[in-house]
Amino acid sequence: MADSYYDPKDLRKFGKITEWSENLGTKFFDYYGEVFKEGALTAREKSLIALAVAHTEKCPYCIDAYTKDGLQKGITKEEMMEAVHVGAAIKSGAALVHGVQMMNKHDKLSM
Amino acid sequence: MATKSLQAKGEDLAIANKQLEILNGGIFADGELPYFKDNIAKIGHFPLRPKKLEILQINVGYMCNQVCEHCHVDAGPDRKEIMTRETMQQCLEVIKNTGAHTLDLTGGAPEMNPDFRWFVEEAAKAGIKDFIVRSNLTIIRANKKYYDLPDFFKKHNVHVISSMPHYTRGKTDKQRGDGVFDKSIKALQELNERGYGMPGSDLRLDLVYNPSGAYLPGDQMALQADFKKALKEDFNIDFHNLFAITNLPIARFLDYLIASENYEDYMYALVEAYNPSTVANVMCTNTISISWDGWLYDCDFNQMLDLKVASKVKHIKDYNEDILNDRNIIISQHCYGCTAGSGSSCQGTVA
Repeated sequence: MADSYYDPKDLRKFGKITEWSENLGTKFFDYYGEVFKEGALTAREKSLIALAVAHTEKCPYCIDAYTKDGLQKGITKEEMMEAVHVGAAIKSGAALVHGVQMMNKHDKLSM
Repeated sequence: MATKSLQAKGEDLAIANKQLEILNGGIFADGELPYFKDNIAKIGHFPLRPKKLEILQINVGYMCNQVCEHCHVDAGPDRKEIMTRETMQQCLEVIKNTGAHTLDLTGGAPEMNPDFRWFVEEAAKAGIKDFIVRSNLTIIRANKKYYDLPDFFKKHNVHVISSMPHYTRGKTDKQRGDGVFDKSIKALQELNERGYGMPGSDLRLDLVYNPSGAYLPGDQMALQADFKKALKEDFNIDFHNLFAITNLPIARFLDYLIASENYEDYMYALVEAYNPSTVANVMCTNTISISWDGWLYDCDFNQMLDLKVASKVKHIKDYNEDILNDRNIIISQHCYGCTAGSGSSCQGTVA
């Protein structure tokens, strides 16, 4: 057992999830593989979306995986950083838009 | 950016045996990852055997005008291993009588061999179907004496295959050195002016893409589409095909992997991406690699690891295609580089 919650080497073991529940694990990885195939969106576009979401989800495994995936696909660091900002902007926007709720409540409670 | 070869710096990894110790030891000896031999045995490909010989690949010397970070040859300006005219003459005898349809000259920068032009002129007379020179592009702009290379290539109907790590300046220069991108673009434009790489042209111009770091190449067709679009839009450059080649953990790339603490992850990535359907078509099954001093190898990678063919015929002076083709191919863990994903060879993917 590692003495920290996140070990980069654990990412290599992700596939082993299937060993404890073959049916669900296989279904998940089939689905996952299908999602990232070239479709209405290119595999390149999907990789950038995944990178942005990896950041908003604060998933260190996903950040490692999709930074590497981006490099493999020839995505530049400028493109990667813009994608991260898209995620960050949505995160901050999601916080800030609640300000409207605050304004609504404030006005309702105030004379 | 490296300025000297590992050999000139006296580094351990300039020694083939030291590299093999690493490739055969560590995570493989511990049983953490399977040996390449065990994986191909499962599908009945051990020992790996050659098919019909199609490609003669001749390395005319390790001297190069560049010192690329990922170079498996450990090539550079300080390397003095250069094929002599005498060895070239022995090669010519083989070229005249071979059953192979492709002659592939590589290096180093093959153009830096003082007998390069003579050799190309003589070899072109043999009428081999596909005559490739692997040119790093910047050599064409390196010195006045090389400026006419595009015309020389055209005169002898040479198929030019050139390295181009990325369609952006930053990534290219990081891997290959400052100014490499601009020189490469200029060289490609000059080749285009002669008709090289133009749609429908018989003057073949292909590009080789190597990842600029510790990761595998992405999908070859997707990368080709990105390269074509960017090079056309930004520089009006045309080329025929893009070959996505995996970096093998040899020489300077192995040194880089270890120094950057990426070695284990990279080997894991190669083994995880192992694709059994590539094994039957790996390039050592249809290629013979000849070194600057005339020794014979299963591939250019084995040449750099000093793993000579396992055959009675080991040198160009004794060349015999039938005897050579009846051999077992020598493998080690670097071979995972040729079987990852869609596979990798000097002609791109193999699956």
